Amino acid sequence: MVTTSEIQVESDFEELSEKRTWYDIAGNLIRKQPLGAAGGAIVLVMIFMAIFADYLTVYSAVDNNLEFMLVPPDDKFLLGTDQFGRDLLTRIIYGARTALFVGFAAALIGSVAGLVLGVASAYFGGTFDLIFQRIMDVVMAFPLIILALAVVSTLGTGTINVIIAITIPFIARCARVVRSNALAIREIPYVDAARAMGFSDSRIILRHMVPNVMAPFLIMLTAFLGQAILLEASLSYLGMGVQEPTPAWGLMLQGGAEEFAESAPWVAIWPGVAISLAVFGFNLFGDSVRDTLDPKLRTR
Amino acid sequence: MYKYIIKRTLLVIPTLIGAAILVFFLLRLIPGDVCELRLAGTGLYADPAEILLCQQNLGLDKPLFVQFLDFLWGYVVFDLGDSMWTGFPVTHEIGLRFQLSLQVALMATFVATAIAIPLGIISAVRQNTWIDYVVRGFSIAGIAMPSFWLGILIILGLLISTQAFLGEPWMPPIEYVSPWEDLGGNLAQLIWPAIATGYRYSAVATRMMRSALLEVLREDYVRTARAKGLVEKVIINRHALKNALLPVVTVIAIEFAFLMGGLVVTEQVFNLNGLGKLFVESVQNQDFNMTQQLVMLVVLIFVITNFAVDLFYAWLDPRIRYG
Repeated sequence: MVTTSEIQVESDFEELSEKRTWYDIAGNLIRKQPLGAAGGAIVLVMIFMAIFADYLTVYSAVDNNLEFMLVPPDDKFLLGTDQFGRDLLTRIIYGARTALFVGFAAALIGSVAGLVLGVASAYFGGTFDLIFQRIMDVVMAFPLIILALAVVSTLGTGTINVIIAITIPFIARCARVVRSNALAIREIPYVDAARAMGFSDSRIILRHMVPNVMAPFLIMLTAFLGQAILLEASLSYLGMGVQEPTPAWGLMLQGGAEEFAESAPWVAIWPGVAISLAVFGFNLFGDSVRDTLDPKLRTR
Repeated sequence: MYKYIIKRTLLVIPTLIGAAILVFFLLRLIPGDVCELRLAGTGLYADPAEILLCQQNLGLDKPLFVQFLDFLWGYVVFDLGDSMWTGFPVTHEIGLRFQLSLQVALMATFVATAIAIPLGIISAVRQNTWIDYVVRGFSIAGIAMPSFWLGILIILGLLISTQAFLGEPWMPPIEYVSPWEDLGGNLAQLIWPAIATGYRYSAVATRMMRSALLEVLREDYVRTARAKGLVEKVIINRHALKNALLPVVTVIAIEFAFLMGGLVVTEQVFNLNGLGKLFVESVQNQDFNMTQQLVMLVVLIFVITNFAVDLFYAWLDPRIRYG
């Protein structure tokens, strides 16, 4: 008997096996996931800004220019300048570099490490699993920003340390989700078969189990991207993240944004718009990735 | 049930001990401590003998293992020690600020619940209409906006609007007054951070309310209720809502445990002298003891909240029975 889900799978196969051009795929994506496509577009614009920052800007992002302190937005400085006379638009464009670097690095390292550790924990089971899960419990009991602050206080501030501080709580969260999925996969006979053939543990974990937990992994990865950018902005705002003169959005809001709120509101507004838009884009994109990959949420 | 409670309580202990180990050794990984920072932090020459004396006074010269046991022993005899920066007892420093942070946290929870439940219900009942899209946009924006930026915008809006309508700019008061003494002054200061934190907090709960209600509305018993001709209002209020609220309550409770993290940033924006600000200061001052005790407090709140949610769940939903 052919059930509806099998028909669905077959049609999926047909779709996959057809040769399609990239604009077919893009058109399909926009039709099926308009919000996700919009999010993806925002992300692409940000990546473009980050890569070509040198060609998109005419002013320096780091040099002080005391002649032009707190100039309101005009045709020379499109978004105005800050209290050191630096063009805000230039700093926002370069800030995309910092945000994306921290976001992608923390999300990728955190989720990949979580993936391997989570699968290994499920595969080995027993004492290893028990101890590992208790460690994850401990890490998860800290609110993200509290743990990140504690790590930064140990390692010191700076871009790389911020990435490490954000990565650690991500590893725990990803490992937890991946483990619960991997537990079900370990029970499937092909893992026993692989073991019977005498494959090594690392080969079974990496070649046989990891590819089968890709869906939760990708969902976690995309969800982390927005969170990492938000967390970096918060740390930098507290003065415990990226340090001056590196352009970073959270840092731009810290640099006396409240003091100048009344006389120069543009200093307090635009960097926040940049953070919100970036996180918004990544979240929309992540949501549609989740809707596509999570069969429970897939709409018929 | 009792077996479950005991098992669950025992699981709390390794988490707490693990958290104590993690935070203790994390803080002491790098060289440098509060003494060096206090005596040499100004850039002046500091006498090594003086630093050593200070370290001896604070017990920082003892082997790490002994320091750690001292730290744990403090919990056994209910003595949390002194702040290494100010010299006052930790309980005194926390006591000064606890009321403010708790009040903001409770108000933020209230704001979040008051926004999330009605909006989530409307959004689910009017699924895929313009009102649903507006609500979803509102809640996605709440997740994307950093709460410290929302705080800055609120201050900015207050300054500009009071300037325009009252003729002079008005800022929320800086000094904390207890709500029992001066409720108006208290609210004038704390309502803004509560909104800034609560909005972000509400976003998660709104989405949960919407999806939970949508799921329940597809259940058979709702179809039965419709088939026997019940008014839609009664179906939603009496039949659907009761079952849909369970996951929402969980989300609100779990987020409450994490509010402390949100307060760290909000208190900085509004210049509130609360626990979040104390935490940032003690991290910056390398005040090991203060940081440790605050972290343990946060973890304890988290663990207890989770425990309470699990019990509440088991009590509320007769289908859940734990072995």
